[in-house]
Amino acid sequence: MLELNYFLVLSALLFSIGVVGVLVRRNAMIIFMCIELMLNAINISLVAFSSFLGNDSGQIFVFFVLTVAAAEAAVGLAIVISLFRNKESLDIDKINILKW
Amino acid sequence: MQELTLKQTLNSLSGFIPETVLIATVIVCLFLDLILRKKSVIVAVAGIVGLLVSGYFAYLQFGMREVIFTGMAVVDPFAVFFKILFVVSTIFVIIFTISSKEIQESTHHNEHVYLMVAMALGAFLMASASNMIMMYLSLETVSISSYILSGYTKRIKRSSEAAMKYVIYGAASSGIMIYGMSLIYGFTGSMNIYEISAILAKSAVTGNPVIVMSIIMILAGFGYKISSVPFHFWTPDVYEGAPVPVTAFLAVTSSAAGFAVMIRFFAVTFLQNNILLNGKLQIIPGINWTEIIVVLSVASMIIGNFTAVWQQSVKRMLAYSSIAQGGYIMLGMTMATQQGLTAMLVYLMGYLFMTLGAFYVVILVANKVDSDELVDMRGFGYKSPVIAVFMAVFMFSLAGIPSTVGFVGKFYLFSALIESNMVWLALVAVLNSVVSLFFYIKVLKYMFLMKPEEELTPKYQYGIGNYAVLLLLALPVMFFGLYFAPLVKIAEYSAILIGLK
Repeated sequence: MLELNYFLVLSALLFSIGVVGVLVRRNAMIIFMCIELMLNAINISLVAFSSFLGNDSGQIFVFFVLTVAAAEAAVGLAIVISLFRNKESLDIDKINILKW
Repeated sequence: MQELTLKQTLNSLSGFIPETVLIATVIVCLFLDLILRKKSVIVAVAGIVGLLVSGYFAYLQFGMREVIFTGMAVVDPFAVFFKILFVVSTIFVIIFTISSKEIQESTHHNEHVYLMVAMALGAFLMASASNMIMMYLSLETVSISSYILSGYTKRIKRSSEAAMKYVIYGAASSGIMIYGMSLIYGFTGSMNIYEISAILAKSAVTGNPVIVMSIIMILAGFGYKISSVPFHFWTPDVYEGAPVPVTAFLAVTSSAAGFAVMIRFFAVTFLQNNILLNGKLQIIPGINWTEIIVVLSVASMIIGNFTAVWQQSVKRMLAYSSIAQGGYIMLGMTMATQQGLTAMLVYLMGYLFMTLGAFYVVILVANKVDSDELVDMRGFGYKSPVIAVFMAVFMFSLAGIPSTVGFVGKFYLFSALIESNMVWLALVAVLNSVVSLFFYIKVLKYMFLMKPEEELTPKYQYGIGNYAVLLLLALPVMFFGLYFAPLVKIAEYSAILIGLK
């Protein structure tokens, strides 16, 4: 069996890639994909801890994270569509009516 | 064993009646909307009735101290206090939507009613959650409904832009929060905050930097809900872009729910619950979370108040003002005493009425001039003097002028601070409220002292219902400002969390 550390390092790496992606990418769809990456990194860490500790609640949490991620993606994509109809662009640098 | 669990679950249902009523209300409103297929107040009335029934059942729970659903949620006076607060604010916001032109002219029917009741349900669960899974789920229930609501007028560019920004910030910060939760779970092996607290209190991992890091990550999620600096960037944009009733809802219900879950999480998890030294609850050694809260609170007050000074839109100004008010409320957590908690609850009750009142005046102004800019408020004091005077009451209360409920809240907070020898923090807060006076009074200056270019003669006409709602909001502001003993008594009684002695 693999050590716990491998999973944690993988999870931390994926999470960091996700966070950096949210911060630097300019396309709204890619930002959503980066958020999904963050959530999946968390799932890896939860499952790894759960199997290491021999405790089920981490795996149960994963189910809920997956469900919420799906709901969030549904609402997020609906909002992306309504924004695209109004602006004809998904570049978040151009989404700038509201500032300061 | 299995039978025992089933029995426990069935018993727990009796502590879950207010939430059950709300779920039923959501379903009823959904179907009523489908059946009626046109704009109608019936759906709103059904929503309000459901909320009232649920509030009544929540009131009956006062004094109960129970752990329900095998440690998923608790029923204690603290949770019940917040439930009643959410019921009151949601009812007011649903009434707001009836009189808001923005919502009534949108292409939807009555979808906002059940989304708002669903959000109240999420807020109920946030106030009573005692397990990290439950905390995350209830927080997302509130968030997802509020994403939809802030993009409700989807033909309007700034509304869909606000919703977009809200989704991105919300999803990213709740993601950061659950990463922190997964780390705490890895360290302690439990999702239940009472068990985590017990494990942290006796184990050697407490000084570990990873624990401190995970606290900061969890604060990102809670801080985003209460719009505390540095997680506040969505607040002004969403407040400005969303329809005004939704903004009022976010400012009051959603941030009060954020405070409820944050207070419970920190008070239960990181305080040594059984040790009282000199009347002060002991923080688990090695985790100085109160210092982090001090930094966030001071930053929120300063950035909120100073940025609000420059705003030209009233909604945006109220957004920065709510960031600053969140900073004041957070001060109550920095001392980890019972007085601090009581002061927070007193402040939140006052905050409910004065903020809702201010937003209602913004709705009434926007109905006539189609704008929320300060410049378009010129001469409003002449065209509709009664409503402008109401606005003055709410603004004075937000600034904390004596004889309003805002003063009582600030007074209790600052005296609690001084009692626990944090005089410099009280001083910072007082200086900040002086700054805030400037921009709250600026609204009144525009309303009463500046004249618009056009004529003043056609006075604005408002229905009797609008005045009645305003009076319902303004009366508590003035009444509790003068006679605040009952307010403080309720708060003292409610400042009891299960597990805190």
